[in-house]
Amino acid sequence: MNFTWSDAAYFWPEAIMALTFIACVLTDLVTRGRRHGVTLSVLIAGTVVSLAMTVIKAPEASHYVFGQMVVIDPFAHFFRYVFLFVTLVTAVFSYSSREIMGKDRENQGEYYSFLAVMCFGMMVMAEANDLLMLALSIELVSITSYIMAGYARFSLRSTEASLKYVLWGAMSSGVMLYGASILYGLTGATGFSAIREGLLAGSGSELALLVGMLFVLAGIGYKISAVPFHFWTPDVYEGAPTPVTALFSAGPKAAGFALLIRFFYTSLVQTDGTGGVTLLEGIQWPWLLAIMSAVTMTWGNLAALRQTNVKRMLAYSSIAHVGYLLMGFVLLTQAGLQAILFYLLIYAIMNLGAFLVVIALNNRLHSEHMDDYAGLGYREPILAGAMTIFLFSLTGLPPTAGFVAKFYLFAALVDSQLWWLALLGVLNSVISLYYYMSIARSMYFTPATETGGLGLSRAHVALVVILAVPTLVLGLYWSPVKALADSSLAFLLGG
Amino acid sequence: MPDLTTLHVHLGHYLTLSAILFFIGVSGVVFRRNAIIMFMSIELMLTAVNLTFLAVSRQLGDHQGHVFVLFALAVAAAEAGVGLAILVEIFKRRGSIDVDDFRKLME
Repeated sequence: MNFTWSDAAYFWPEAIMALTFIACVLTDLVTRGRRHGVTLSVLIAGTVVSLAMTVIKAPEASHYVFGQMVVIDPFAHFFRYVFLFVTLVTAVFSYSSREIMGKDRENQGEYYSFLAVMCFGMMVMAEANDLLMLALSIELVSITSYIMAGYARFSLRSTEASLKYVLWGAMSSGVMLYGASILYGLTGATGFSAIREGLLAGSGSELALLVGMLFVLAGIGYKISAVPFHFWTPDVYEGAPTPVTALFSAGPKAAGFALLIRFFYTSLVQTDGTGGVTLLEGIQWPWLLAIMSAVTMTWGNLAALRQTNVKRMLAYSSIAHVGYLLMGFVLLTQAGLQAILFYLLIYAIMNLGAFLVVIALNNRLHSEHMDDYAGLGYREPILAGAMTIFLFSLTGLPPTAGFVAKFYLFAALVDSQLWWLALLGVLNSVISLYYYMSIARSMYFTPATETGGLGLSRAHVALVVILAVPTLVLGLYWSPVKALADSSLAFLLGG
Repeated sequence: MPDLTTLHVHLGHYLTLSAILFFIGVSGVVFRRNAIIMFMSIELMLTAVNLTFLAVSRQLGDHQGHVFVLFALAVAAAEAGVGLAILVEIFKRRGSIDVDDFRKLME
C-alpha cells in the first residue's frame, strides 16, 4: 500500500472540503463563535473552490488511488457535483433558518464545520472501493448526522430524534461491520474487486455469503432508508431542524445509492464484455430487490397519506422515492442505473426546493402543520407557486423535471419487461398525487384566517425561485444533464 | 478434568464465540429499553466484529483485518462519545433515559 503525491492530485475536491472543515473550526475559534457569517463565508468559499476543482479535474478514466482504497472515476465525479450542490444550498438556507440561527442557539459556527465534513464524507462514500473505506465513510457521514439531527439541543424533539438516530444507526453499522467481517472471512480480502475474485474462486458456503451480503446491504439500506430499514426516518426527519432534514433527504441518500451501486457492481456482478451483466452467485438478487422496491414505495406512500405535518409527510414521501429509485436498480441494467443517477440529481433539486419553502414558512408561522398553510396562495403567491411546481415535480407530472426523471425509470423497467413493478410504480404515483395535492389544496382553496404577506426576506424567496427554475427548465430541456449522467456510468462497460 | 495441553482453539471456535456475542448484542438492543444498556449492547456487537476480523486475519496471515480492527475501534469510540453526549443532554432535559419515554415524535 503506497502513497504517492500523484495519487493525491486526483483527490483535490475532497482534500479542499477537509481543509474547509478545519478552516471553519478555526474561524469559529478566532471569532469566538460570534460572527457566524464569517464561518458561513469560509464554508461557501471552500465549497466553491472545491466545485471549481471538480470542474477542472474531470477524470476520463478510473484512477485507483491510495492503495486501491479509493477510486476516482466519472461515476464518483458525477456525485461530487450532487454533493457540492446540496452542501452549498443547505449552507445558504441554514443561515436564514430560525431553527438554526434562532436566538437561543449558540455555536452556529460548528454547524457549518459539520456541513463541510459531511460533504467530504459523502464524496468519499461515492468513491469507496474497499470495505474499510465503505465503513469509514458511512461512519463519517452517520456520526455527523447524529450531531446535526440533535443540533437544536434545547428542543426536546430534536434531541429525541438524535437519540433514536444514534441508537439505530450504531446498531445498523454494527450489523454492517459484522457482514463485512464475514465477507472478509469468506474471501480473505477487503477490496471490492478482490472480493469478487475471491467469490469467483468459489470459497465458502452459500449461506455465509448470503448472510454477509445481506448484513452489508442492511447497513446501506439503513442509510437510504429502504423498507425494512426505514423505521427511523419519519421520527428523525420530523424532529431534526428543517435544514438538516432537507440535507438528510438529499445528500446521504444519494451517497448511499452511489455506494450501493458501486459495491454491488464491483463485488457481485460480472460484465460479459457486450455490455450485458450477469450476477455472480445463485441468489435471486433481482427478486429480493424488486420486492424491497415495491414494499418501500407502497409503504412510504400509504403512510404519507394520513400525515398532516408537512415535514413528516415529506419524510414518508422520501421513503417512497427510495422505492422508485430502487426500481431502476432491480435489473442492474445500464439504462436503469442511468435513470437512477438522473433521478437522484433531479430529486435533490426538487426536494431541497420543497424543504426550502417549509423552512421559509416555519420562520414566520412557527409550524409545519398543513392547516397553517391555508390561503398562502394569496398571501405569498411566489412562494406558493414555487411550492406547487416542486409538488408537481415530486409527483412526476409534466412539464416538470420530476416527470422526465420518472419516465426514464419506468422506461428502463418496461425495456426489461418487468411490467408488474412498472404498473405498481404508476399506481403509487397516483396515490402520491393525492397527498402532494392536499398541500396545494390547502394553499389555494382553503380560506386564510389572516391576510397580508408574511414579510419573508427577498433573498429567501429568490433562492426558492432559483431552485424552481431548473425544476421547470429540466422538464423541457434535459438532454445535457442526462448525457452527463449517462457518460458517468461508462465504468460499467469497461468491466 | 480435561488435559489443557491438548485443547486447541480453532478458527471455528472464535467464529462461534463472535456469533454468540453478536446475537447477545443484537438482542440487547432490541429487547432492553435503557439507552445505556443499548449502547453497551452495541459495543458488544462491535466486539464480535473485531473478534471475527482478528481470527480470520490470523488464520490467513493477512494484515488487512488487523488494520480494519484498529479503525473499527476508533470509530466505535467516536460513536459512543457522540451517543453518550446526546444521552447526557436528553437526561438533563427529561430526567429519564428509558427509550419508551421518548414518544414525542410519534404523536
